[in-house]
Amino acid sequence: MSETLATLTGVSKTYQKGKERVEVLHNLDLQIPAGDFIAIMGPSGSGKTTLLNLLGGLDKPSSGMVRVGDAELSSMSNSQLSHWRSTNVGFIFQFYNLLPVLTAQKNVELPLLLTDFSGKERTKRAAIALDIVGLGDRARHYPRELSGGQEQRVAIARAIVSDPALLLCDEPTGDLDRETADEILKLLQILNREHGKTIVMVTHDAQAAEYANRTLHCDKGTLEAREAV
Amino acid sequence: MKYFGLIWKNVWRKKIRTSLTLLSVFVAFLLFALLSAIGYAFKSGEDVADAERLVIIDKVSLINPLPMAYKNRIAATEGVHSVTHASWFGGYYQDPRNQFAQFPTDPYEYFSMYPELEMPEDQLENWAKNRQGAVLGRELAEQFGIEVGDRIPIQATIWTKADGGRTWEFDIEGIFETNDPRGSTAFLLFQYDYFEEARAFGKGTVGWYILRVTPDADPVQVANTIDLQFANSASETETSTEAAFAQSFAKQFGNIALIVTMILGAVFFTLLLVSGNTMSQSVRERISELAVLKTLGFSDRSVLGIVLAEAVLIMLMGGLLGLGIGWLLVQGAAQQLGAFLPGIFLSGEAILTAIGIMIGAGIVAGIFPALKAMRLSIIDALARA
Ligand SMILES: Nc1ncnc2c1ncn2[C@@H]1O[C@H](COP(=O)(O)OP(=O)(O)O)[C@@H](O)[C@H]1O
Ligand SMILES: [Mg+2]
Repeated sequence: MSETLATLTGVSKTYQKGKERVEVLHNLDLQIPAGDFIAIMGPSGSGKTTLLNLLGGLDKPSSGMVRVGDAELSSMSNSQLSHWRSTNVGFIFQFYNLLPVLTAQKNVELPLLLTDFSGKERTKRAAIALDIVGLGDRARHYPRELSGGQEQRVAIARAIVSDPALLLCDEPTGDLDRETADEILKLLQILNREHGKTIVMVTHDAQAAEYANRTLHCDKGTLEAREAV
Repeated sequence: MKYFGLIWKNVWRKKIRTSLTLLSVFVAFLLFALLSAIGYAFKSGEDVADAERLVIIDKVSLINPLPMAYKNRIAATEGVHSVTHASWFGGYYQDPRNQFAQFPTDPYEYFSMYPELEMPEDQLENWAKNRQGAVLGRELAEQFGIEVGDRIPIQATIWTKADGGRTWEFDIEGIFETNDPRGSTAFLLFQYDYFEEARAFGKGTVGWYILRVTPDADPVQVANTIDLQFANSASETETSTEAAFAQSFAKQFGNIALIVTMILGAVFFTLLLVSGNTMSQSVRERISELAVLKTLGFSDRSVLGIVLAEAVLIMLMGGLLGLGIGWLLVQGAAQQLGAFLPGIFLSGEAILTAIGIMIGAGIVAGIFPALKAMRLSIIDALARA
C-alpha cells in the first residue's frame, strides 16, 4: 500500500454565507494510499461532505491542490471534471439516490451510457455489478419495490459498474438499521479487500467506522488522525 | 439514442399529467391538419386549379342557373379556346347517406376541358353514344362496387322527371381516374341531353360554364369581356378562375378559415403554456435526480438535451397522432366534398410545417426547464435533498 491514490495539499474551502465568509476546510493536507479504507467522523457541519465533494471532483478548493490518480482536479474545468467522474469515482449517498423511473438494472447501467459500450455489453456489465452486490435476482425491480438495504446495494452496484478506483460514501448506512448497515459495511469491506477499491466513508457511527482501516476526525476545518482504541 | 430509454421513462413519470398534455397536443394538431386542408382548398390558386380554366356563374348566386343560350356567345368571345358546362344534380345512390356529386354535362367537351381526368378512349365513345350513359370516378366505383355495364339508380332530391318520377337510371359506360394527386374522382357524370329532355323544370339552363382561354390570352381580360357582354341582362355573370370558384363555393360556409385560424392560435398558445408547465413541474420535482445524473458524469449539455428531448417527444407523440387522425378525416372529407371543394388536401408541405411546429413548440416549452436543469449546481441540489 505504498502507492498514493489521492493527495490534498494545503486545501482550503471557504463559503460565502450572505456577508459572512465561512472557512469550512483550513489548510488541509491528506494522503490516501491506493487500496485504503478510511472512515471520516465528526460533528455535523464540520466539512465532511465538503471534503468528499473535493475528492470526487464535484467542487473545487478555494486554494490548494487536489490530485487523484493522474488528475489534478483543482485545475480542471467543469466539463473535464464531469468526464473524469464518469470513470474514476463512484458515489454512494445516504438516501441512495436511485432514479425511481428506472429498474435496478437500468439504474446500474446509467454510468455506462457515458461509455462506448454496446447495449449488450452495458447489460452484461450491469448484471455483473448486481451479482457482486447480491441482487442479481432483483434486476427488474423498481426502487420502490426494494427495501432500503437493497436500494443501497443497487446504488453500490451503480458506483462500481464503471470500475472506478475510488469510492466515496457519504453516510451510507445513515438511514439503515443495525443489521442491514452491517451487511452494507461488509459489502464495502469486500469491495475494498477483494476488488481493490479505495474507499473514503463519512459516518456518524463508531461501529461503522470499525470496518475501515483507519478513522480520521474532522473538526473545525482540520483533520486529525486518532489511531484510537 | 442510447438515452431514449431514460427519456421515455421520464416522459411517463406522471402518467395522468403526460396523458393530459398529450391530449392537448393531439387536439391542437388535429385542428391544424383540418384547417390546413381546408385552407389549402381556399388558397390553392394557381397550383391546384388550371390557370387557363375559367368558371362562369350567375353574378347573384351560384345556385341561380344560367341560360343555355349563353354558350355560343361565350364560345365566340375573343380569347376563348373552348367551353363546356355542368349543373348540380344533387342526388344519392340507394341511401340518402350515399351523397356524392353528379353533374350533367357534355362527354367530349368535359373530358377535353379536364385533361387530368383519364379514361379509355372507347369508354368515352360508348358514353357519348348512349343517352342514358354515365361515367364515374374510380373512388366511387370502388366504394360502391360499381362496374362498367352496371345499370344504377340515382334518387333525385331536386330534379324530378317530367313524368313525376324521382329515380334516374344510368348505364355505367366508363370509369375515370385523375393524374392530379390532389384531385378527387368522387363524382359521376351523365349526359346533359338526357337531363334536359327528362327533367320537369328548369329547361334551357345550365348550372355553370367552364371555359379554357387560348394560351396567348390574358385570363383576367377574357373574364372581364365575358361579364361585360352579359351586363344588364336577366342573368349577369361572374367569371373567375377555378380557384376563385372553389372559394365562392366555400364562402357559403362563412368565413370559417379566419375563425379557425384564431381558434388555432389560441389553442397553440395554450398548448405552449400547458406543455411548458408540464416540463417545469417535471424538472422541479426531480432536481435531485438531475443532480445525480450530473454526479455520475452526465455533462451539462447532455442534461439540457435530455430535458429538451422529453418536451419534443411529447409534442411529436401527441402531434403525429393528431396529424394522423386529421389526415384520415381529411381523406374522408375529400371524398364527401371533393366535388364542391376539389382542393381539400393535406399537403406534404403542411405535414412538414406541422412537424416543424412540433419540434419548435417542444423546444420553446422545454427550453427554460432544460436550462434550469443544465445550470443546476450538484452540491446545492444534493444538499437540499
Ligand atoms: N454550497 C454551500 N454554500 C454555503 N455554505 C455551505 C455550502 N455547502 C456547505 N456549506 C457549509 O459548510 C459547512 C460544512 O458543510 P458540510 O461539508 O456539508 O458538513 P458535514 O457534511 O460535515 O455535515 C456547513 O456549515 C455548511 O453550512
Ligand atoms: Mg454531510
